[in-house]
Amino acid sequence: MSITEQKKIEEIANADYKYGFVTDIDAITLPKGLSEDIIIKISEIKNEPKFLLEWRLKAFRHWQTMVEPDWANIHYQKIDYQDISYYSAPKEKPKLNSLDEVDPKLRETFEKLGISIDEQKRLSNVAVDAVFDSVSVATSFKETLSDLGIIFCSFSDAVKNHPDLIKKYLGTVVPYTDNFFATLNSAVFSDGSFVYIPKGVRCPMELSTYFRINAANTGQFERTLIIADEGAYVSYLEGCTAPRRDENQLHAAVVELITLDNAEIKYSTVQNWYPGDKDGKGGIFNFVTKRGVARGINSKISWTQVETGSAITWKYPSCILQGDNSVGEFHSVALTNNYQQADTGTKMIHLGKNTSSTIISKGISAGKSNNSYRGLVKVTKKADNARNFSQCDSLLIGDKCGAHTFPYLDINNSSAQVEHEATTSKIGEDQIFYLNQRGISTDDAIGLIVNGYCKEVFKKLPMEFAVEAQKLLGISLEGSVG
Amino acid sequence: MLLEIKNLHAKVEGKEILKGINLNINEGEVHAIMGPNGSGKSTLAQVLAGREDYEITEGEVIYNGKNLLELSPEDRAREGIFLAFQYPVEIPGVSNTNLLKTAMNEIRKYRGQEALDAMEFLTLLKEKMKIVELDQSLINRSVNEGFSGGEKKKNEIFQMAVLEPQLSILDETDSGLDIDALRIVANGITKLKSDKNAIIVVTHYQRLLNYIIPDFVHVLYKGQIIKSGGKDLALELEDKGYDWLKVDKFQVTG
Ligand SMILES: Nc1ncnc2c1ncn2[C@@H]1O[C@H](COP(=O)(O)OP(=O)(O)OP(=O)(O)O)[C@@H](O)[C@H]1O
Ligand SMILES: [Mg+2]
Repeated sequence: MSITEQKKIEEIANADYKYGFVTDIDAITLPKGLSEDIIIKISEIKNEPKFLLEWRLKAFRHWQTMVEPDWANIHYQKIDYQDISYYSAPKEKPKLNSLDEVDPKLRETFEKLGISIDEQKRLSNVAVDAVFDSVSVATSFKETLSDLGIIFCSFSDAVKNHPDLIKKYLGTVVPYTDNFFATLNSAVFSDGSFVYIPKGVRCPMELSTYFRINAANTGQFERTLIIADEGAYVSYLEGCTAPRRDENQLHAAVVELITLDNAEIKYSTVQNWYPGDKDGKGGIFNFVTKRGVARGINSKISWTQVETGSAITWKYPSCILQGDNSVGEFHSVALTNNYQQADTGTKMIHLGKNTSSTIISKGISAGKSNNSYRGLVKVTKKADNARNFSQCDSLLIGDKCGAHTFPYLDINNSSAQVEHEATTSKIGEDQIFYLNQRGISTDDAIGLIVNGYCKEVFKKLPMEFAVEAQKLLGISLEGSVG
Repeated sequence: MLLEIKNLHAKVEGKEILKGINLNINEGEVHAIMGPNGSGKSTLAQVLAGREDYEITEGEVIYNGKNLLELSPEDRAREGIFLAFQYPVEIPGVSNTNLLKTAMNEIRKYRGQEALDAMEFLTLLKEKMKIVELDQSLINRSVNEGFSGGEKKKNEIFQMAVLEPQLSILDETDSGLDIDALRIVANGITKLKSDKNAIIVVTHYQRLLNYIIPDFVHVLYKGQIIKSGGKDLALELEDKGYDWLKVDKFQVTG
């Protein structure tokens, strides 16, 4: 990152959390609390087919039997699930043919976020499906995509227009019984994105969604489903910002990815949700279940994430390598500062023969934060010649933060080759002084070192995202030393 | 005068290391500082570069008419002070090129000059690499990471060549260099010398001074300069060691 770029970032950072404004828009918001009635209501508002309502209700009944997990290395005040409103949508949801028809207030919000929906202003190759709170308001580049037979729409639209695909794939990667947060999501999910790439099609542009949590005390329960049919390829980008709130806000999303024979999905996330203030007040609770199944032979799923936000992050994007010769990748930068807590990592489950997985995890802790990597590599009996390479690095800035690594191995086939490397390093005063002595300020010195440390992961991101990710790290680390 | 050190006292962790240093340096001069281990040579170098671990308890340092002790380490660098470290630091993930480009443009910005573009910068690097015969592969690697002892020292002088400082402080740059490298690096330093800049060479050995002829040689002992002389003083030290000076000093003060 150039120094001028960094200076700009510092200005932004000094202005506090830039995205901490609230849009004043009338919203339909359901009363707080969770019950079968509420779920029926959500399903009704959304005009859903019966199978989906039943699926939601099964999930809800199952959820009631579950207890919130406490194994992660995170600490927070218990969430009162009856004190959350499970549905909020902009009141008027007119059918829009063009972006000009979008509510000007909403557009203003997106502009402030730096997301310009206007196609001229768009980075030329990115189609955006913008999710405002729980309902999609605008979708662009639809036509180019539909010419290729690609479906890229809100989850609700997919339910309406492609119920067969939803019925066939929903919950096949993350079943409604999966875990406390995923089950809750299955019961109450409001909207999200749906992507289907047909056989042999290479999606010609990066698909992108921006999420944003707006209404106060509204849980955000997104559901994303991406299917790459035989020989298909897609790169999907997810970016998140949330306005500032004092109460903690819950976010429990589910993402399911499916690749059939010879297909590939690249899923990239840059997450900078409000992390809370310097004293640890406020911030998003981010409990996310992301999982892909490489169902077909020679298929590939890769997760790349840059996590700088949220008060709490609980997230393990995983790959189930079911098809022979399938490949799973996980590249992660997780940064925590002040009082942020992150417990994140991945699971690589090797089921097919000759499957291989790579895990590159870069944790950065500053302030009084806690950063944990938790990863599982599982090789089942029939998974001959499985290979895994894991590298988990931790970087500490200052001496009040923590970094922890919890690698789990479960190897049931003797032909497996599993390699694990881990390092912990600290940005030393002598390194900073060395750079100071060459004319570089302390903030810039930290920026140089941190960006160098994350280079391997940034390389995996699409260009514009990589630039944004670097800026975010700069903002998040502003003044963390000295 | 380029640098004027007046009665400089510095301490670290409650212990006084520099006990009243006086030293004047003009443009175009080379000063050698010698002295036994632990006498305070590196401390003096680090204090001049602005390391905050050392507390200045007395004295002043005027550099180019400015109060040096008031400037941050990065501003001192931008004002033209360069320290070739006795123990160069490894910075994983940051390439030598990236460090130099950032440093160069920060320094230029401070001086109100425009940033060099990529081509100009690369041309400059190529030219400067020749001065110390630095291997191309080293400039793309992370700063000092996995460099041999000698390569690290060479790299310091390469950085000096690129940044063109006005006052260079070379802290035992000769240690760790093989015979050929010593000649190459020393000749490189000589090429960088001009009547506009000055060099402080901290060394234990006469051999470096065969190439870089000093105008003055100072002996630092227990935090004070106890003897100054011309280039012959280095030869005398090589011959006799420091003991005769310690006695001298004892007689003077006792
Ligand atoms: N940060 C520090 N903490 C404690 N003591 C220090 C520190 N820095 C220097 N010293 C002490 O100050 C004294 C002078 O050290 P310095 O490194 O300046 O010596 P030197 O003359 O460069 O020696 P050498 O020839 O071995 O490089 C030594 O006794 C050293 O142990
Ligand atoms: Mg020394």
